[in-house]
Amino acid sequence: MTDLALRRAPADRERMLGLLQDYGVYAGVTVLILANIAFTPHFVSAENFRTQAVQVAPVLIVALGMALAIGSEGVDLSVGSVMALATSLVSLYLGYGPWIALIVAMLGGAAVGLASGSLIAHIGVQPIVATLALMVAVRGIALVMLPQLKDVRDPGMATLGSGDLLGIPYLVLIAAALALLVGFTVRRTTFGRQLLAIGDSRPAAQLAGLPVRRVLILVYICSGVLAAIAGVLATARLQASDPTSLGNLMELSAITAVVVGGTPLSGGRIRVGGTVAGAVLIQLLTATLIKHDLPPSWTQIAQAVVIVLAVYAARERGKR
Amino acid sequence: MTTVQARENTSSPAEEEPHGAARAERLSALAQQHGALVTLMLVVAVASFGFDTFLTGDNLENMAVSSAFLAVVALGMTFVIVTGGIDLSVGSLFALGGVLAAWGSQYGTPVALLLPLAVCGLIGLVNGLLIARARLAPFIVTLAAMLAARGILLSITDEGSTTYLVDEKSFFARLGQDKLLGVGVPVWITVALFVLGAIVLRRSRFGQYVYAVGGNEDAAALMGAPVARTKIAVYTLSGLCAGLAGALNAAWLVSGVTILGTGMELEAISAVVIGGTLLTGGFGFISGSLVGVLLLKVIQNVINQIGSLDSAYQQVVSGSFLAVVVIAQTWLGRRRRML
Repeated sequence: MTDLALRRAPADRERMLGLLQDYGVYAGVTVLILANIAFTPHFVSAENFRTQAVQVAPVLIVALGMALAIGSEGVDLSVGSVMALATSLVSLYLGYGPWIALIVAMLGGAAVGLASGSLIAHIGVQPIVATLALMVAVRGIALVMLPQLKDVRDPGMATLGSGDLLGIPYLVLIAAALALLVGFTVRRTTFGRQLLAIGDSRPAAQLAGLPVRRVLILVYICSGVLAAIAGVLATARLQASDPTSLGNLMELSAITAVVVGGTPLSGGRIRVGGTVAGAVLIQLLTATLIKHDLPPSWTQIAQAVVIVLAVYAARERGKR
Repeated sequence: MTTVQARENTSSPAEEEPHGAARAERLSALAQQHGALVTLMLVVAVASFGFDTFLTGDNLENMAVSSAFLAVVALGMTFVIVTGGIDLSVGSLFALGGVLAAWGSQYGTPVALLLPLAVCGLIGLVNGLLIARARLAPFIVTLAAMLAARGILLSITDEGSTTYLVDEKSFFARLGQDKLLGVGVPVWITVALFVLGAIVLRRSRFGQYVYAVGGNEDAAALMGAPVARTKIAVYTLSGLCAGLAGALNAAWLVSGVTILGTGMELEAISAVVIGGTLLTGGFGFISGSLVGVLLLKVIQNVINQIGSLDSAYQQVVSGSFLAVVVIAQTWLGRRRRML
């Protein structure tokens, strides 16, 4: 009797923690929205929703790439620097038209991804270190290309940054489309399944004959391209290229969004919907604290607590 | 550079060796241990021929003092990395330590030194507990601590707008600025700490546990090593080192500058890795980290000497250098395993 009760109690606890990991982020977002509706003046306005959504878009796009890297049991610390590289490339190539500039920026991101992916897949360097080296070097390259802040005046970029379609900003539409694309890739494509298999167990994937190296390189190329797109969108929104500060600490926000969204750091599982909600949660948390005149330092401490709680919930799940 | 050197060594037609494999392994290990030192000597040699201003007393003194603070941080980081972990919070703790020391210096030198040690050591302890007891991933825990420590720093300095000053005549300020035999006191403290650290890692029981935990955690636990306690100790130690480095830096600058330390965790990790310590844990040495710090600072100094190049090139060089070293290490490590 006691034996049974003892055995059941941890199972219940595990199920609760599993639920917390899977749906906690949605509950968090709901609670924050309800609390804001109740206590924050001027929260429920089209204007405010628009601001929040536009601000969250670049973070979300970077987080999607990060989710792929984390799902393959890696991590990509170079994303913030890739954003800086993209903003430098955009302002340098804008003379040839916004589309060319966008493509060059994405190629830049892909090149960084190819470099980190090759280091990880072919040479066997740990993802943290490989992307750390690129994070330092790529920020430098971005600054060599464009040593200081430069205004970006281009009608195409201005439309991209502040225009909208049927009342929804382009930035939000692009982020949503990319989220759907990544979600589809993870669930329905061979690449997605191979990526999850590798994240689950790389030796097993290797023995099963999966093209481990190719898939890993592709993962980091995807992450680089997504970060470059985020960099271009941020440039369009700010109407300026600032390779010194653009994307600073972006890797932190992206990792937080992914982890809070229920994707385990141990790989083998990617929750795209959770990542979207995770990015929204962090944005709402920041906005709530700022709206209530709490200093930015509190936001950082709050974000730290949220990260640790999210990883803690994920840990209990992983032990099962 | 390490790779090239290893290749030359292994292909050199030396006297006949009955145990070729063992010899090759010894050479790989040698390259891993001393590659950074050889590179450092080469860079120094080239720099002193290339620039008249390189080997002057002022320039050397500058490099020594500016290396000292990073070196103390890298010392703690070495212990963490040998256990197979990583500590990303040290940059924030360095800044926090500096601000706390500058604030505390109005109550005397003991407070100025003990307060940053206590607070940063406590944050390191929390990191260690979360990593060892709750079994969370080191990089995510210390990432959170990096945010939290920066947040604490901002909240005690009115969001970074208040800079606490150290009285220039106080004993604490002299600790940072005085010279002993022509060399700054922080440099002496750093040297003493490195000697102590090397003895602890090499000769003490705790040091052996650190290697054992990094080599194979399960084996270490079966062997009876206190795995959790060792991990908690290294993260606490790393916090203490970062706090102390911050305090010494504040004494040197006679103020608690709030914007310091961003990116310092990367510099410290780079220095440790360049010094030959493996990020996979279980292998590494204190002296290598000191060489790594010096190498980074000498390269920075050379780039500054060139003058026309700005700090952006410095980042490109540091990043590429780190990549080359890691590639060489991975290559050497694989060789050693295969042999």
